[in-house]
Amino acid sequence: MKKISLLSILTASVSLLFSQASFAAGDCDEIHLGSAISLTGKYATNGIHAKNGYEFAIKKIDENGGVKIGGKCYSFKVTYYDDESKGDRGATLAERLINQDKVQYMLGPYSSGLTKAIAPVTEKYKIPMIEAEGASRSLFNKGYKYLFAVLSTSEQYLASAVTLAAEMAEKSGKSPSSVKVAVAVENDPFSLDIRAGVLDDAKKYDMKIVIDEQLPRDLSDMSAILTKAKLLKPDLLIVSGHSKGAATAVRQIGEQNIKVPMIAMTHCEAADVTGKFGAAANDILCSTQWAETLSYEDPIFGSAANYEKEFKAAFPEYKDKKVPYQTAQASAAVYVFKDAFERAGSLDKDKLRDAIAATDLKTFYGDIRFAPEGNNIAKPMVLRQIQNGAYNVVAPSAFASHKLNWPRK
Amino acid sequence: MDQILGNIGLLFEFPIVNLKIVIDGIMIGALFALAAYGLALVWGVMNVKNLAQGDFVIAGGYVSWWLVQHGFPALLGVPAAFVVMWCIGWIAYKLVITRVIERDLFTSLLATFGMAIMMAQILNLMFGSDTQSVDLGYQTLYFADGLIDVPIAKLIGVCMAAALAAGVILFMKNSRMGQAIRATAQDARAARVLGIDTEKVYAFTFSLNAAICGAAGAIIVMVWVIQPFYGITHSIRAFVIVTAAGLGNLPGVIAAGLGIGALEQYGAHIFGIGYQQAIAVMLLLLVLLIRLIQQLRVRQVLK
Repeated sequence: MKKISLLSILTASVSLLFSQASFAAGDCDEIHLGSAISLTGKYATNGIHAKNGYEFAIKKIDENGGVKIGGKCYSFKVTYYDDESKGDRGATLAERLINQDKVQYMLGPYSSGLTKAIAPVTEKYKIPMIEAEGASRSLFNKGYKYLFAVLSTSEQYLASAVTLAAEMAEKSGKSPSSVKVAVAVENDPFSLDIRAGVLDDAKKYDMKIVIDEQLPRDLSDMSAILTKAKLLKPDLLIVSGHSKGAATAVRQIGEQNIKVPMIAMTHCEAADVTGKFGAAANDILCSTQWAETLSYEDPIFGSAANYEKEFKAAFPEYKDKKVPYQTAQASAAVYVFKDAFERAGSLDKDKLRDAIAATDLKTFYGDIRFAPEGNNIAKPMVLRQIQNGAYNVVAPSAFASHKLNWPRK
Repeated sequence: MDQILGNIGLLFEFPIVNLKIVIDGIMIGALFALAAYGLALVWGVMNVKNLAQGDFVIAGGYVSWWLVQHGFPALLGVPAAFVVMWCIGWIAYKLVITRVIERDLFTSLLATFGMAIMMAQILNLMFGSDTQSVDLGYQTLYFADGLIDVPIAKLIGVCMAAALAAGVILFMKNSRMGQAIRATAQDARAARVLGIDTEKVYAFTFSLNAAICGAAGAIIVMVWVIQPFYGITHSIRAFVIVTAAGLGNLPGVIAAGLGIGALEQYGAHIFGIGYQQAIAVMLLLLVLLIRLIQQLRVRQVLK
């Protein structure tokens, strides 16, 4: 008996998670979107960031008069299922959304792995999917016609750090080929792309790779790599392993007093490295798809800074931290749907698909224009440096608001 | 292959690194040994192989983390996790373990595996899937040109682990309950005949195990990071250590814990960090093989 009641509490709390999904606006009809997203499991943090981004965009679009198709007003409603951060589950749920819930348009899941699992399903049923969280370049060489991504692909994430390291080497009178690079990335599609991008660019400059290791999925200790970094003295250390990689790396870089002149990683905000480790995070470079200091704008969300402000007002749990880019790009994906529906002037999914493919949109998140393969080619990646606990944009130089601190102390 | 040779080369080029690896390994191994000792206790006394061992560790870590978030000093987390996990262990015993204790091996494995999944998911719902850690803000001691680093927080953690282990050993040796536990482990029926309430002993043992794990988790959150789904890695290590050391062999458990800590660090250094855990599992295979060969030899003598 006791076991049963515990179980039912658990199922009740899980179903609560699903039920808080919609903000239906007054007298507009509904357009049903579907998304299998990670609400539990190892990607839950970022999955929830993305879901909040979707919901916030829907709310903003409703406030601005909804989606207008042929003089009628519509509002988005999303059916979410929890994919438990597992690919096979994601694919099953996508089938269920399409076959049972009759969803005609999909928003993406979190992570490249899950997107990879779901894309064949949406492709099979010719369901347009705009995704905001799967950056692996392997998603865009399979000839998918119904998959669109608003974000920059992952091999670009930290490649700019290599360029920056080369610039700094030249500035200090050394040749870029003298730069030694250490790479530690998780063994998953996203991080391996980052590694490929870094290795490609390092090769262009003829840099030497002194460490090239893959982190396990359940990483909690990387002192072995950092010890090697102490011995081999690389000039650039690249770390990518979602939030646990960032948290573990920053903690142990501080403990082991690692003095690499330039350290670049992903997921700094998601891991809240400044809040958790303070000074140890200083001068670390973090790649980001988006920053609220960038000068992008659009009529729905206003400027990037305005997005940050209004999002925090709508979701008070983000009050004390940065709004993660995962949230911003999720909102941008919903915005692309709105724009495409209005240009298509129809609910027909094939007309919609063509309208999405022809997107040329300026958003608070950056410009969005899709390559024939479906990836966004109009938006660059941004590198920010943690300077006294604040994230300041330092590269690319066109958007840089601050000067790079180099070498890192 | 080149990389592996290069890594081995580094060990000879900078001999001091060996010392660092061993120190790191021993500090980590001390924490493995704690969880493994709890497992050996439950395994030996009630013949339940607790697959939720690692999740008890992680839950203890979250107790401590939660307290720190609410303004309590971090070191208080260790005794607090001990107490809270004691209670959770007792509840788990009364709800689940007591029903499977007399059943076969498979039932208890399934039940504890289910508990592990439940606990990981409950922690995830309560605290989110972010990696968490507690920063004590203590300094780090550096030796040998900064090549060897010993964070004071880790040192405190290891001392606490040692104190806890010593406390448990003394308790098992000298107290009435400790004697009852050992008597039950030797022969539950005989213990019952002699008036020991074995049900009580079982409940106590399981709670004690959960409490030891909880304290280990509270130390781990101070020196490492935790995440709701990290339990399984701690479970695997505890199993490897207990299998290697054998049941009822406490010094063995501690030595195996420290040894696995050090060997994992060597493995990570030489083969890459991705193989750190593979080393633990390889060791398990090796130990089982050696045991098998030993047994074969015994049989030959009997012939």
